[in-house]
Amino acid sequence: MAMEYFIQQLINGISVGSIYALIALGYTMVYGIIKLINFAHGDVFMVGSFIGLYSARNLANAGLPPVLVLLLSLVISMTVSALLGISIERLAYKPLRKASRIAVLITAIGVSFLLEYTGVAIVGPQAQGFPEILNKKQYTLFGSIQVDSNQIMILGTTIVLMIILQFIVHRTKIGKAMRAVSYDMEAARLMGINVDRTISATFAIGSALAAAAGVIFGMTYNSVDPMMGVLPGLKAFVAAVLGGIGSIPGALVGGLLLGTVETEVSSLGYSSWRDGVAFAVLILILIFKPSGLFGKNVREKV
Amino acid sequence: MTASPAKVLLDVKEASRSFGGLKALSEVSLHINKGELIGLIGPNGAGKTTLFNLLTGVYPPSSGTIILNDQSVGGMKPYKINRMGAARTFQNIRLFTAMTVLDNVKIAYHQHAKHSMFTSMLRLPKHFKGEDEITRQAMEMLKIFNLADQAHEYAGNMSYGNQRRLEIARALAAGPKLLLLDEPAAGMNPNETRDLMNLIAWIRKEFDLTILLIEHDMSLVMGVCDRIYVLDRGMLIANGTPVEIRNNPKVIEAYLGQEA
Repeated sequence: MAMEYFIQQLINGISVGSIYALIALGYTMVYGIIKLINFAHGDVFMVGSFIGLYSARNLANAGLPPVLVLLLSLVISMTVSALLGISIERLAYKPLRKASRIAVLITAIGVSFLLEYTGVAIVGPQAQGFPEILNKKQYTLFGSIQVDSNQIMILGTTIVLMIILQFIVHRTKIGKAMRAVSYDMEAARLMGINVDRTISATFAIGSALAAAAGVIFGMTYNSVDPMMGVLPGLKAFVAAVLGGIGSIPGALVGGLLLGTVETEVSSLGYSSWRDGVAFAVLILILIFKPSGLFGKNVREKV
Repeated sequence: MTASPAKVLLDVKEASRSFGGLKALSEVSLHINKGELIGLIGPNGAGKTTLFNLLTGVYPPSSGTIILNDQSVGGMKPYKINRMGAARTFQNIRLFTAMTVLDNVKIAYHQHAKHSMFTSMLRLPKHFKGEDEITRQAMEMLKIFNLADQAHEYAGNMSYGNQRRLEIARALAAGPKLLLLDEPAAGMNPNETRDLMNLIAWIRKEFDLTILLIEHDMSLVMGVCDRIYVLDRGMLIANGTPVEIRNNPKVIEAYLGQEA
């Protein structure tokens, strides 16, 4: 019985963790390439969620079948958010490429507020209900373990996106360029790599993943508002640090681990401690293993 | 040396570069004809690497012009200059150490490749053809440098001498007309240095290259270069054949004088 209970919580944890992982990937990829903690990333997740909401509402009204509504909403939301990510980088960060890191960091916080309050101005501060795209079905496995269709959808979407990401990073020209730029931007530039375009691509991919997380989040919690990106954004940042910032597998494992820890804490009856525990994890990892689980102990490159 | 009129590949006219109040290069003019192997020497801090940085676009010249293959490249972005035919190596090795030897070379080929992310994602035939072709070319290149058996090792795990050679291989993969070598023999023992010089002479012929070489080892520069430029404190103080340079009193004072 205890085992089943544990597995049940693990399944719930993986669902939450997948969302953190998808957001964490954007943090980690951007950090890997320009050494910036992009604090506006959580708000790109929020924008992605809203785009998903409006797409889903309109597509469902147009009478499309649910699976198609889900897929199209994902694609639209990811595309728009990718463009948003590219624009943010071009307008806000690129002019500061040679400025100190703290200047860019503060700019990122500014962009974060800009997105949040533009959101409030456009859609208002109230939370809106996310349309139920797929009818929730409960499945029972091995006697008493409950899985619902939404959790399967989350896991499926996350796995597919991970495979695509792995493929892009390891098998394509732009992926190789991204790795090269993250190792040594100057040398990459001198080897004929268009660094600006590579950075844009990184922001596009990271933002698209955050948007996918936004749509999934909306479908899971049924409620979106302009401030919804703050807490998941911060927690995904914790997940990225936990896994080792700059490491793609690290972001994935960090996200899943953090999601699991959170659900276990809640299931033990301490749900009001959930957020506190997430940030306690951050403090502990920074004290005992600042490079994270998968982080390389990199010397500062000169 | 033949007296026939040669085509000028690189023409630098009165290029200067200042950093704040420090004039790292002042009004340096030099030209390199197609097919030449030119040495660039000078004491520490003379501005040799600064000149390389101007030529490859790391930073633009404060004034003056740089013409590569009849096109002005002063202030152009590094990746564009690279694609126009100037590739370089670094004084302190700058390989992508956490990537494989093969990937280091492939990445340079990639920048000239025809297939895009789109064709790769959809796994169109063009992707496979493009990838296979690049892998084949990269392996060929590694064979030339005797690195083929280490193709799948991480670049950072290779011996120092091999890393130096891989840097040259990676630079050549960009298909340059002008190859800029920044102290390629630094840290090598005399035997390795001799092998490297033979290799440089060979690739020069094989790839129809024009080479500009920074080097500290005087005997080496004197032995292989057609002509030599000498920089001292940001200014060009002499140029000519190795024999002329060896006997130039200014050079002896600025550079060789230390050893006399």
